[in-house]
Amino acid sequence: MTPVGLQHYLVVSVLLFCLGLLGVLVRRNVLVIYMSLELMLNAANLALVAFSRFNNNLNGQLIVFFIITVAASEVAVGLALIVALYRRRHTTHVEDMTALKN
Amino acid sequence: MQACLFYLFAALTLLCGVLVIANPFTRNPVTSAMFLVLTIVSMAGLFVLLHAFFLAAVQILVYAGAVMVLFLFVIMLLDLKEEQSRKIKAGAGLLGVAAAGGIALIMLAVIRRSEVGGGLAAPSVEGSTLDLGKKLFTDYALPFELISLVLLVAMIGTVLLSKKDLK
Repeated sequence: MTPVGLQHYLVVSVLLFCLGLLGVLVRRNVLVIYMSLELMLNAANLALVAFSRFNNNLNGQLIVFFIITVAASEVAVGLALIVALYRRRHTTHVEDMTALKN
Repeated sequence: MQACLFYLFAALTLLCGVLVIANPFTRNPVTSAMFLVLTIVSMAGLFVLLHAFFLAAVQILVYAGAVMVLFLFVIMLLDLKEEQSRKIKAGAGLLGVAAAGGIALIMLAVIRRSEVGGGLAAPSVEGSTLDLGKKLFTDYALPFELISLVLLVAMIGTVLLSKKDLK
């Protein structure tokens, strides 16, 4: 078994990112799409921590620290938007949100 | 031992990630949220393997704790019974798989070709709380203060958006 290196972590990160992308593209529930976005953010975090470790540079971990903070506030605002939307439209299904279509 | 743990956590992360977006048994958002918690926890395991101990703790506290509880609150708040019955269109699903798979193949090919990580010195950096804190309050003092503004803005925005008569 080869020792686990930077490439292994990057492969996991890429696969996780594409899973999140797939979720955003395929799923039709706003909440699940939002969770897939979190998955993509986490994949980026994993890549940054891996680079930080294997380049002997702590800055990557600091960036991840800030990303987690921004993601937390983004989730709060986004969920408030979803609740406001649900109050008005009574749906969380993206195909029902066609106010700008016609 | 380390390699075994890496493969275990990586497999767990990816498996739970798949179950977040495409659970074959149920389309319930609560199940997705629970599997997202599992994904995040196993990713914290990967962080520990990368010697990012503080970040692993923050990951579990903030993501698996605060953020996912918020998600679950909202899911429970909105009654989503009729959402589960709708079908995903087969064409859209196939296109989505093709797009995401294509991007995955491109990025994997780049990682393979670039031989990134070759010729680096042996990793010695430790993401201990002490080192991170020192850097955070010296080099990153300004961004650290600015991030508090971001949190304030997010808080005010959330309160405003949750008002009953949103104009």
